[in-house]
Amino acid sequence: MDSSASIETHHDPHSHSAEHEHHELGWWRKYIFSTDHKVIGIQYGLCGLAFLFLGFCLMMLMRWQLAYPGQALPVIGKFLPHIFGAGSMPDGKMTPDFYNSLGAMHGTIMIFLGVVPLAFAAFGNFVVPLQIGAPDMTFPKVNAASFWAFAVGGVIMLISFFVPGGAAKSGWTSYTPLAAFADSGPGHDPLFNGQTLWLIGFIFLITSSLLGAVNFITTIIQLRAKGLTWMRLPFFVWAQFVTAFLLLLAFPPLEAAIVMQLMDRVAHTSFFLPSGLVVNGAPVSISGGGSPLLWQHLFWFLGHPEVYVLILPAFGIVAEILANNSRKPLWGYKSVVFSVLVIGFLSFVVWAHHMWLTGMGSAVSAFFQTTTLLISIPSVIILSAFFISLWGGSIRFNVPMLFTIAFLPMFGIGGLTGIPLAFNSADLYLHDTYYVIAHFHYIVAPGTIFGLFAGVYYWFPKATGRKMSEFWGKVHFWPTLICMNMIFLPMFLQGMAGMHRRWYDGGQGWNVANEHTVWGLTGFQWNQPISWAAWIMGLAQIPFIINFFWSIKHGGKVNDNPWEATTLEWTAPSPPPHGNFVDIPVAYRGPYEYSLPGRERDFTMQNEPVEPSERTRRKPPAEPVLV
Amino acid sequence: MNNPPDVSQDPKEYEEYAHGIQKHVRGYLMVGALLLTFTAITVALSYVDFGTRKANISIAMLVAMLKAGAVAAVFMHLAAEKRLIYRILIFTGFFVLGLFWLIFLAWYDYPVFR
Amino acid sequence: MEIPYTVSTRPDTGLWNAKIGIWLFLASEVMLFGALFSAYIFLRIDAAPGTWPHGLLNVPVGTMNTAILILSSVTVVLAWAALKMRRYRAYWWYMLATITCGVIFLTVKLAYEWPQKFEHFGAYIKPEALAKYEQYLGNERRIEKGFEPRIEITGHLHSQNAKEYEVALDPVNADPDNPVMDRPHFFPLPVTDKIATIEKADVQRATMFLPTHSAYFASYFTITGLHGLHVLGGVIVFIYMWLPVSKKLYQRNPEHLANRVEVSGLFWHFVDLVWIFVFPLFYLL
Repeated sequence: MDSSASIETHHDPHSHSAEHEHHELGWWRKYIFSTDHKVIGIQYGLCGLAFLFLGFCLMMLMRWQLAYPGQALPVIGKFLPHIFGAGSMPDGKMTPDFYNSLGAMHGTIMIFLGVVPLAFAAFGNFVVPLQIGAPDMTFPKVNAASFWAFAVGGVIMLISFFVPGGAAKSGWTSYTPLAAFADSGPGHDPLFNGQTLWLIGFIFLITSSLLGAVNFITTIIQLRAKGLTWMRLPFFVWAQFVTAFLLLLAFPPLEAAIVMQLMDRVAHTSFFLPSGLVVNGAPVSISGGGSPLLWQHLFWFLGHPEVYVLILPAFGIVAEILANNSRKPLWGYKSVVFSVLVIGFLSFVVWAHHMWLTGMGSAVSAFFQTTTLLISIPSVIILSAFFISLWGGSIRFNVPMLFTIAFLPMFGIGGLTGIPLAFNSADLYLHDTYYVIAHFHYIVAPGTIFGLFAGVYYWFPKATGRKMSEFWGKVHFWPTLICMNMIFLPMFLQGMAGMHRRWYDGGQGWNVANEHTVWGLTGFQWNQPISWAAWIMGLAQIPFIINFFWSIKHGGKVNDNPWEATTLEWTAPSPPPHGNFVDIPVAYRGPYEYSLPGRERDFTMQNEPVEPSERTRRKPPAEPVLV
Repeated sequence: MNNPPDVSQDPKEYEEYAHGIQKHVRGYLMVGALLLTFTAITVALSYVDFGTRKANISIAMLVAMLKAGAVAAVFMHLAAEKRLIYRILIFTGFFVLGLFWLIFLAWYDYPVFR
Repeated sequence: MEIPYTVSTRPDTGLWNAKIGIWLFLASEVMLFGALFSAYIFLRIDAAPGTWPHGLLNVPVGTMNTAILILSSVTVVLAWAALKMRRYRAYWWYMLATITCGVIFLTVKLAYEWPQKFEHFGAYIKPEALAKYEQYLGNERRIEKGFEPRIEITGHLHSQNAKEYEVALDPVNADPDNPVMDRPHFFPLPVTDKIATIEKADVQRATMFLPTHSAYFASYFTITGLHGLHVLGGVIVFIYMWLPVSKKLYQRNPEHLANRVEVSGLFWHFVDLVWIFVFPLFYLL
């Protein structure tokens, strides 16, 4: 399709509406209570980005306490008690309770309100129907319900900061029995307290994800355009498909667990409370007979698939951008697809590797250790395929590609440092240290979030018809990359030195954190450069924020396919009208037909019919030979 | 199940179709009666002592499985459904079993908490 | 562009959208109830001897509720078949029957079964005081016979003061050595007028039959509560499909309404299916 032709169509959105029933919706229905997948995707995206920034702000506050424990936070320290209550930061000094709140809510917000909505819901909603040539999701109203359930859950989580006693403070994992008794007793409302609101908010978030997952899977199965067979799907769609299955089957056990913990807190049952429990020196009046391990099993039954919920969409985004900007087909498309399926499957049977320290017996440990090591194989296949895709490409170093290329080694570091944690003998030492923090943040922060940034820069032109500034994108990219590594690399050292991840004073009062030095700094002293890197990284996000909002109105105008990509979303006008496509798309070929020999252009879109001449001499594009 | 044919175009074909449904209806009623009978059997069996409580539980669960199977196969049309639905359910069944089995396994393997 | 395959089937899958959607949703429901049941198993295996009660629920009422739910499953599938045969009046009546069954089920649960439990009282006796209440527990005989010991005295709380509970005893505690009491009864025996005095100092823990009473009641109230919410959801959807709004859809596109009824029927059968397991696990065993 000639892209300039479709731009003209776009200027007159009503020209094609004669045959369809078309009625103008009011502003509220169009932008707020919309059922259009693109609007919902953008709503999710904006909320997700806002929550990511909020979660990061919480962490920047914590970094002050870790680097300068017990000192008053300059300037904003005076205002925070007015926001979070007098018990949070009296005289600008952080209390332990408030520190715990920030820690628990940082994890919760980043994962369930930031990355999942952005990676799965926002990109999935906006891009998937376009990539499969569908007019919308199969159940638009369910889609809207999913967003609003998410919004309610998010608001409840935010409200929990302002109730007496503050937000939840039992860690993002909310292990019982701690979580069953936290935020209760004098000074706390029986219902409106941090932990209870956390649980209630979670029920909404889970409902949202379940509805979303049902919708995504049905859409991908039912609404693929004519000719778009499974093996012609862009890898991003595959990644979202597997992610949706993970959410669909892993979230309900957590929902059950959340309901049970809610019962433990509100109706004083003992699902997760053993007999003979003593709290604050006094035996508690409960029936007992429950099991704290039951909570951990149910939590991690979600928790581990959740890790793949966080990373798989990023894989998908990276695959798209990698193929597009190396002007080469994705190397080993089929093995990547099958790897992602195997990852999805195995991710359900590795959960107890989060529980080595619970005193599990050796049989269970051996089982989970084996499956955990098995799951690294498909991950390595995918990462290798991505690296090889770069080989021999004519790479375009634009901003999405920079983030994508940075993603590869960052995810590699994150993945490889996980292997020691998979062995339970090594994990007994490393568990709950900064090593673990560094490991999973390498996967989620410079991994997933770089993938998400790449996706934002990459699909921004599709959503708005304008491009974000390349220069300011680079100003955003380089400091972020450098600071990320300055934050998380030293944490491996701290962790191996034995520093515990939940120390409120950053290790100041502990021998292991002060005895040994690496490059002249003790474990505790390393907190300062890490914190400064975190704050500088906070500043480095400002160019992104300004670039993002400024470009919506003032970015350079682009045509429908500015990246010269091949997949179907680039055949729709930018921004796509209601119903998405001017002509119903038909796919004739695979997703990454870049640099086909004998073609005028170095990309061949999926909706370009196969020419008779092509049929005879068409063979798979050459793949590099590894010597 | 197929959509009914247009009655205005071919009344005869429609008649046959309606007759086919009528047959199904008889099946539904029979399964309903069967389920009620099995409910009575479950209740009755719970007052028979099979030696141990485990035996009683196993037998009751067996009857419940039969009932559930009848509901799924006939009322939920699983006896003749499209392949895709079976795939989804097999996939889910695998993970449910995993959930049950591993919690069992885990429990038996915790020396400290038994 | 309209969204395709809302009523007609997609050729390669042979299915319309909502059918896949509901089965996926049911898959997640299977995982939800699967987790609750595995928690139930976990708690039950883990329960200390004597702490998992038997025969506390009203079996005839439970059986009746089971029958009602099965009946509603039949009527909803008949309603669907009636729509398929384009008999709207028959559909309307079957739907009304389904809704009625659902409402009766919920009413029995909320207005009769649960409140009855809330009025019942149970006191767990401390291990060292068990001998003192032997006349209500009958443990000598039970141990001889190889049964689990009784450690709880149940009944209606007659009155209490700072030191004692006065309990109108359940037949099990009123006549503990009677072999008839070894097994639960189909028709629940009424509370006797025999009153026992239990010293608070001898009691480990005493509550009404609330979720907090024991792991058994915790899982009973949680699972039946969640199941009840599903019944409520189903009833609301059915009412919507029974109201005149849906007649308009029927006149426009009868197959669309039939599909909707099939999908919500699938959900309803699943709710029935869960109850088929809940009933023996809590009422009978």
